[in-house]
Amino acid sequence: MELEDIIKDENIVFKKTKLLNDKPLSYCPGCGHGTVHRILMETIEELGIDEETIGIAPVGCAVMAYEFMEIDMQEAAHGRAPALATGIKRVYPNKYVFTYQGDGDLAAIGTAETMHCCNRGENILIIFINNGIYGMTGGQMAPTTLEGAKTSTSPYGRDVSTMGYPIRITELIAQLPAVRYVTRQSVHTPAAVRKAKAAIRKAFEYQSEGKQGTCFIEFLSNCNSGWKMTPAQANKWMEENTFKYYVPGDIKDNFKLLKNPIIE
Amino acid sequence: MAKVRGAVVIDKEKCKGCGLCVDACKFQVLQLSQNVNLKGYTPAFMANAENCTGCTNCATICPDAVITVYRVKENN
Ligand SMILES: Cc1ncc(C[n+]2csc(CCOP(=O)(O)OP(=O)(O)O)c2C)c(N)n1
Ligand code: SF4
Ligand code: SF4
Ligand code: SF4
Ligand SMILES: [Mg+2]
Repeated sequence: MELEDIIKDENIVFKKTKLLNDKPLSYCPGCGHGTVHRILMETIEELGIDEETIGIAPVGCAVMAYEFMEIDMQEAAHGRAPALATGIKRVYPNKYVFTYQGDGDLAAIGTAETMHCCNRGENILIIFINNGIYGMTGGQMAPTTLEGAKTSTSPYGRDVSTMGYPIRITELIAQLPAVRYVTRQSVHTPAAVRKAKAAIRKAFEYQSEGKQGTCFIEFLSNCNSGWKMTPAQANKWMEENTFKYYVPGDIKDNFKLLKNPIIE
Repeated sequence: MAKVRGAVVIDKEKCKGCGLCVDACKFQVLQLSQNVNLKGYTPAFMANAENCTGCTNCATICPDAVITVYRVKENN
């Protein structure tokens, strides 16, 4: 069998979702942001809810997410996506609403908005991209940066005695009673990507029930430029180091805590 | 016996040469080119096309969604 016999439209088993347009993504080669964009748009397409979904873009490397995602979107000021999402969801309770936020956006400048949105149990999905760094602005330390990790603002490594501990904001959010579903996923291998996609689907299905209850998905993702590694090295490093502190898996489901979320 | 054959088409100009698909392929189908595209990246290509099963692992890991995967059952 020749390649021409295989490469025919009727034999397609995977192609780019139509909810990502043809613009080249503005991310560095191998960056996890692109992978999360893709599985998010694939899920919305598969659920057939693209006309009913409104996304909120953050400030951070994903600041131009609305340029690539072919759905209704709005841009928030840095960290304020959950506040904007609250307003949109309350005006349009039948729309699906998600925020897309980095760890600087969600766990530093936007901590208050995030916590209170979750504490109110707004019926939205928060997508949290934890790459342990401020990618966009040149690799500064984030609240999530691991102990000892070198960044442009922690050149000798994060010292917890002066800089505090890496914050497990996802575990903190899981404690809030109005939060329905909390999970930590990653996009560093094909198997992990498939699992992460199933989590997105579950969150949208919960949102469709129209009940109070925020869904929160953390994605451990590489910032290979900020970490100064190749994409493959960065994914491997994440698995060997990040996963020990930020343990992947479901933390809360349908309002029930699944494991003791504060480890150690 | 029916054998599964696959193939991928990679959008050469939009590929950023990150290499994640090369590592994700269990059948060593993909390699990065020695030549650069218009953006200066070395795009992935099928170096061992006959080994492809159409498993979609490469497309699943590609952050830039530039891989299309095809699969057929070959009867012989
Ligand atoms: C009010 C305000 N303060 C600071 C900045 C500068 N700034 C832009 S992006 C960013 C951090 C982004 O980090 P993160 O949210 O982790 O996103 P990433 O780029 O890593 O995906 C900061 C501090 C800003 N744009 N607006
Ligand atoms: S700086 Fe980091 S987070 Fe931003 S696009 Fe590059 S790899 Fe991704
Ligand atoms: S479809 Fe599977 S076998 Fe074919 S190139 Fe991609 S990863 Fe390799
Ligand atoms: S994963 Fe995608 S962008 Fe990266 S080298 Fe492969 S085809 Fe190119
Ligand atoms: Mg970040």
